[in-house]
Amino acid sequence: MPNIRYDGQIYSLRDGQSVLECLTEHGASVPFGCRAGICQACLMRAEVGRPPEASQKGLKPTLKAKNYFLACICNPEETLSVSLPGNELSRTPATIVGMELLNAEIMQVSLKAHEQIEYRAGQFINLYQGENLARSYSVASLPTEDPHIHIHVRRVPQGKVSNWVHDALRPGDTIDIQGPGGDCYYLPGSPEQGLLLIGTGSGLAPLYGVVRDALAQGHIGPIRLFHGSRTPNGLYLTDKLRELTRAYSNFEYTACLSGSHVSKEFASGRVHQIALNEVPNLTGWRVFLCGHPEMVKAAQKKAFLAGASMKDIVCDAFTSRVIPS
Amino acid sequence: MSQSLFEKLGGEAAVDAAVDIFYRKVLSDDRIAHFFESVDMEAQAAKQKAFLTMAFGGPHHYSGLDMRRGHAHLVKNGLNDAHFDAVMENLAATMQELKVPEELIAEAAAIAESTRNDVLGR
Repeated sequence: MPNIRYDGQIYSLRDGQSVLECLTEHGASVPFGCRAGICQACLMRAEVGRPPEASQKGLKPTLKAKNYFLACICNPEETLSVSLPGNELSRTPATIVGMELLNAEIMQVSLKAHEQIEYRAGQFINLYQGENLARSYSVASLPTEDPHIHIHVRRVPQGKVSNWVHDALRPGDTIDIQGPGGDCYYLPGSPEQGLLLIGTGSGLAPLYGVVRDALAQGHIGPIRLFHGSRTPNGLYLTDKLRELTRAYSNFEYTACLSGSHVSKEFASGRVHQIALNEVPNLTGWRVFLCGHPEMVKAAQKKAFLAGASMKDIVCDAFTSRVIPS
Repeated sequence: MSQSLFEKLGGEAAVDAAVDIFYRKVLSDDRIAHFFESVDMEAQAAKQKAFLTMAFGGPHHYSGLDMRRGHAHLVKNGLNDAHFDAVMENLAATMQELKVPEELIAEAAAIAESTRNDVLGR
């Protein structure tokens, strides 16, 4: 019978026993609830080995792709190394290889990780200032096309890490990063699905990554990107995005400004309201929401009521999220 | 052996089909939408799924006490019979939309109805 490796121990699985039964029988600490594969309290991840498909029932596609499974309905055919969500991330050093201001407040930082990091465009990494202070930044680069990891660091008033990045960090410096994490990335398999992407501020970083990833993987359904800011100064990558709209007929980009006196080349109003007006029926669409937490929350509800399935709404609210290490 | 209600309804696939429709109805229902204003939508969707699983006669581990504890803060904020009735209506409308036969809707409604006093803290 296969074994289960968990938290430094090896447990042998009895015939017909679930991973959850096996672990709890030996006194290992695993949260659980319904024990029927429904409540998802016993969500775990296989770091080595593939969990059976039946044990991933009802999980978001992004979680399935990362080998998450429900321990209570998991009867594996092979040995698995498993962990609880959130415990799987270790730190690795990375050298700064480039810094470029994209607008007055957003710095693109290019990083070369000393150990190869497997990430998907749109996920986030944690960047450490010293030992214990970390901030999460979404990845705008594409592992298949860009040699380095790109993050967009917006200078936050009184922000410890962002001001340090802007003012003190220089190419050649080495810092610690951790990750990747997060579910905000393109999933191949539904090339005709409509994709709606709404972001504010540096919330454009993951969306830029997702758009380029989708296009590189041959997505043929409509891709609608809406980027919002108060003033034109908050927009960035506009030339590159307009270039992409010329190269791909299924991609549209709308820059939205919520301030007053908006010139004709921009859409005027709140970005999620403009987006939902333009794409009022989201049945069957996949929706990515990144940036200001209030925008993300309001847009999540609007998108759901407009017909998008909960499973197809990916939210990345830019709060001070830090992965517990 | 005769089929259980959960099996007749189509098991977990039926719950999956119902959960988005049901939650959308609840959020669009002005009588009860305010109870859901500040909640985390993903966590709430999971709760809706657990509720529908129970109403559909599926496996669950809820006790009357869980129902009381889970709704106590809402009862404090005025949750009453009229709100419970609204949820019951949304449940029936969801199942009608999914073309579930009336007699099975009645069975599910009876299960949901059995939680009324616990939900309302009586």
